[in-house]
Amino acid sequence: MLDRKLRRDLIRIWGQVIAIGFVIAAGVAVVVLSMGTLTSLRDTRDAYYERYRFADVFAYARRAPERLVAVMEDMPGVARVDTRIVEDIILEMPGMVEPARGRMISLPEGREPELNRLYVRSGRLVELGRPDEVVLNVGFAEANNLHPGDEIVANVNGRRRTLQVVGTALSPEFIYAIAPGEFIPDNRRYGVMWMGREALEAAFDLDGAFNEVTLSLTRTAIEADVIDRVDDLLEPYGGVGAYGREDQQSDAYVRSEFEQLATLTTIVPPIFLAVAAFLLNIVISRLIDTEREQIGLLKAFGYSDLAVGWHYMKFVLAIACFGVFMGWVFGAWLGRGMTGAYAEYFQFPFLLYRPDLSTFIGSGALSLAIAVAGAWFAVRRAVQIAPAIAMQPPAPPTYHKNLGNRLAVMNWLGAPSRMIVRHVVRWPVRAGLTVVGISFSGALLVSSFFFLDAIDEMLELFFFANQRQDITVVFPNPRADIIAEDLMNLPGVERAEVFRIVPVKLRHGHLEEPVGITGIDQTADLTRLLSAEGRPVELPPDGLVLTEQLATMLEVTTGDWVEMEVMEGRRPHVTAPVNAISQEWVGLSAYMDRLALSRLMGEAPAASGGYLSVDANQLQAFFDRVKEVPSVQAVTMRGAALEEFEEIMDETMVSMVMFYILFASLIAIGVVYNSARISLSERGRELASMRVLGFTKGEVAGVLLGELALMTFIALPLGCFFGFLLASYMVHQFSNELFRLPLIIYPSTYGRSIIVVSLSAVITGFLVARRVNNLDLVAVLKTRE
Amino acid sequence: MDPAPRSAFRVESLTKVYQTGETQVHALRGLTMDVEDGEMIVLLGPSGSGKSTLVNILGALDHPTSGKVFFHDQELTAFNDGALTAFRRENVGFIFQFYNLMPSLTARENVALVTEIADDPMEAEEALALVGLGDRIDHFPSQLSGGEQQRVAVARAVAKRPGVLLCDEPTGALDSATGIQVLEALETVNHELGTTTIVITHNAGIADMADRVISLADGEISHIKVNETRKPARELSW
Ligand SMILES: Nc1ncnc2c1ncn2[C@@H]1O[C@H](COP(=O)(O)OP(=O)(O)OP(=O)(O)O)[C@@H](O)[C@H]1O
Ligand SMILES: [Mg+2]
Repeated sequence: MLDRKLRRDLIRIWGQVIAIGFVIAAGVAVVVLSMGTLTSLRDTRDAYYERYRFADVFAYARRAPERLVAVMEDMPGVARVDTRIVEDIILEMPGMVEPARGRMISLPEGREPELNRLYVRSGRLVELGRPDEVVLNVGFAEANNLHPGDEIVANVNGRRRTLQVVGTALSPEFIYAIAPGEFIPDNRRYGVMWMGREALEAAFDLDGAFNEVTLSLTRTAIEADVIDRVDDLLEPYGGVGAYGREDQQSDAYVRSEFEQLATLTTIVPPIFLAVAAFLLNIVISRLIDTEREQIGLLKAFGYSDLAVGWHYMKFVLAIACFGVFMGWVFGAWLGRGMTGAYAEYFQFPFLLYRPDLSTFIGSGALSLAIAVAGAWFAVRRAVQIAPAIAMQPPAPPTYHKNLGNRLAVMNWLGAPSRMIVRHVVRWPVRAGLTVVGISFSGALLVSSFFFLDAIDEMLELFFFANQRQDITVVFPNPRADIIAEDLMNLPGVERAEVFRIVPVKLRHGHLEEPVGITGIDQTADLTRLLSAEGRPVELPPDGLVLTEQLATMLEVTTGDWVEMEVMEGRRPHVTAPVNAISQEWVGLSAYMDRLALSRLMGEAPAASGGYLSVDANQLQAFFDRVKEVPSVQAVTMRGAALEEFEEIMDETMVSMVMFYILFASLIAIGVVYNSARISLSERGRELASMRVLGFTKGEVAGVLLGELALMTFIALPLGCFFGFLLASYMVHQFSNELFRLPLIIYPSTYGRSIIVVSLSAVITGFLVARRVNNLDLVAVLKTRE
Repeated sequence: MDPAPRSAFRVESLTKVYQTGETQVHALRGLTMDVEDGEMIVLLGPSGSGKSTLVNILGALDHPTSGKVFFHDQELTAFNDGALTAFRRENVGFIFQFYNLMPSLTARENVALVTEIADDPMEAEEALALVGLGDRIDHFPSQLSGGEQQRVAVARAVAKRPGVLLCDEPTGALDSATGIQVLEALETVNHELGTTTIVITHNAGIADMADRVISLADGEISHIKVNETRKPARELSW
């Protein structure tokens, strides 16, 4: 019999069941979506790395003899060794003013490479004895619409050559192809391509030699040992320091993306789940409060506390299970799509969608547990009341004169408005919980929208506040003879500053970070060092300026000294003081006065390249001229790259955040709907009486919705405030080597969140208002209050 | 010479059938009657005889299954929902057994709730004075006794100067002394404002204050008694 009541009750309040279910489902779905995407992507990446033999250690040398291979193969911990030739070239892309850069990598003749194998997407690999054939990485080929059979013109070691595209391929090494010295990938202007080994040996005079080696390690190997041995071995041949995957640029980026995703998936879903749980609690306890009389009745009939308690527990479990199930289905479905989108973005050759079973179980169990715990208190409270008391109406609301009337506005309000205000003031806790619930959904929205702002803002700040050059030119070797004035002679250049970049390992205690120290002049204006508060940081005459992130990673503060192991030239080991900390949002950087850097290196002041601001109308002339200057090896234009990068960000992070926004809206709807429905059931009698007195449906709905509007109105600023707190927390959690998020929330973010919450309130308001039409006027008259 | 008394309500072959699942309940079976303007009528009858059903239909709270109801020559049964609401708002004052006051409003505000939306209402204070509650106007319902609450309900019902007053067991929850206070209030209103008044009761003792006593049985009028003289409420007892 009780089960029949259960079924009828569930059907009776189906609207609420669905709304609560949505709230739970939103929490669960976000967990399943996020975690499922993350684990699947990790699995896919790992499988990709393994199947295509992504190397563990990488080392560059100027020119090393092939016989070293045997030596490295014998090193303890080394599994496979693969040598190759890697050279940068300049490409002339039709229809592009600026030159593109290419990285040539040799493929062994007539066999697959030992490590870093290619997945051929179209066409084929290069064939023996065809020196002009190249395979392009897919990203570059797609961005420039190149296909097997096309030709590209390149400047290879000073000679203009026409290369035949025979295939496109993916490599685990270049999931992100990022040009040296850059921070973000730019597939249009930077391409990796593979060519036959013999052809490259010939072009760069490296017969019987290699300039890059990659190694894979055994399971038990100690990476640091291998790196040391390789460094020692290659030093006489111009080695600049071996590094592990940790510092491999593409992998570091993939990891950084995964980390961000992981942060997103470890911070946001629990918040969703927590908010969902909290709301569930409110809703269930209010629901059970409205069942008070029935509970008393059941007990009066002789049902035991346990039986009654279990009855309501089943009620709650039914709703929760419904929500969890919906969450699973939604989450898995969206997760699959999301993983697919990411896999496409990362250009993984295959995709393993394997959400962890534990994610499902965990999120489900947690939701059920929270639902049960919430219900437990409410049910216990109801069950403990003696039946006679329970059957009486809940103690009649005692309104006091001084309560609502203290509000001066009361005198201005008509009677219906007073009813709204008094009702809210009469049950401050209940009203408070609803307000908190609505404001939490607002906070989720603010923090989700904020995330989008922050990414934009981070890039903008970096490119327009810190690094303000339009164009960077790089020389093949540091040049003592080029000064800024020389660059000023190029067409269209409005400002030119030279810089020197020196690869070093910075050490502080046991902590070590490989970075490039950028030497800039005291007069530098294109590169700006700014403090966390946005004030200019003075470039010290001798010491270092570290970016905050780097300082944190090395655990240094202003005044500390760090060791510098220079990885270039005469490789001096020196120490230098940290004189200031600056704030940059992207990458890890260290700065020094250019002349001081030269002194440290024991060399004449030299330049690695120049930062230029160039008149946008004279770009064509500028690039035409640069092509003829042999001392300029590479040219990059950042503004253009930025836009493309923002576009790819849109495809991944942004779509994830969009789902969060969707679910936050669902939660908002769930909360508002439930508050309104419960309010309706609590006040049904009052509202029906108003109808009897001749108030129209609109007027009566006004009283119901007015209360809702009032609470939403109070909740909105609160939601913005909570959203700000949540965003600060996310910023804190999000910092990593590559990116930091600035805590900047656009007014439009608050605006959009407010609109979404208000809209949810309006929509649900209308849904509930329709129920006012169905109020049974006669029924309320028959019963006592 | 008085003009011929106008009819307030004209009811023609009114039926009401409740359909609950398989079974049909005939609450009203072709009931026909007239209520004159300014008349005070008491409805008697055993439980389930259809008294409330009739009054709810007269008050436009419910629709009949068939038959017609005219109010001042307007056919109520032809009205749509909005027109019925407007009819209640302008012409009908209700008083129920369980007061149905808004707990969140004071006595004055409960009355004001109605006067705010009425065309030519009296002041809330005036209406409360009429029922003898001039000194309790700023009390909330929870601070008033049952009889006082019911008198607030009367004040609320009459404050808008309605054409008719419909009372469903107004004294049902009150002791006799308090009940009489409420009936006196009804009597005053009927006298001074000429409001057509219909009172449902189980209490035959109340019947003496009416112009006519209509008895219902099983959804039909079983008996009509006309009182030559109305007994003042004060002299009633039960
Ligand atoms: N909503 C309803 N659904 C089904 N039957 C109903 C409904 N309302 C009333 N009835 C039936 O209609 C009949 C008349 O009911 P009504 O309430 O008019 O009686 P009443 O004369 O007012 O009785 P009482 O003196 O007990 O108040 C009864 O048999 C009742 O069971
Ligand atoms: Mg009745």
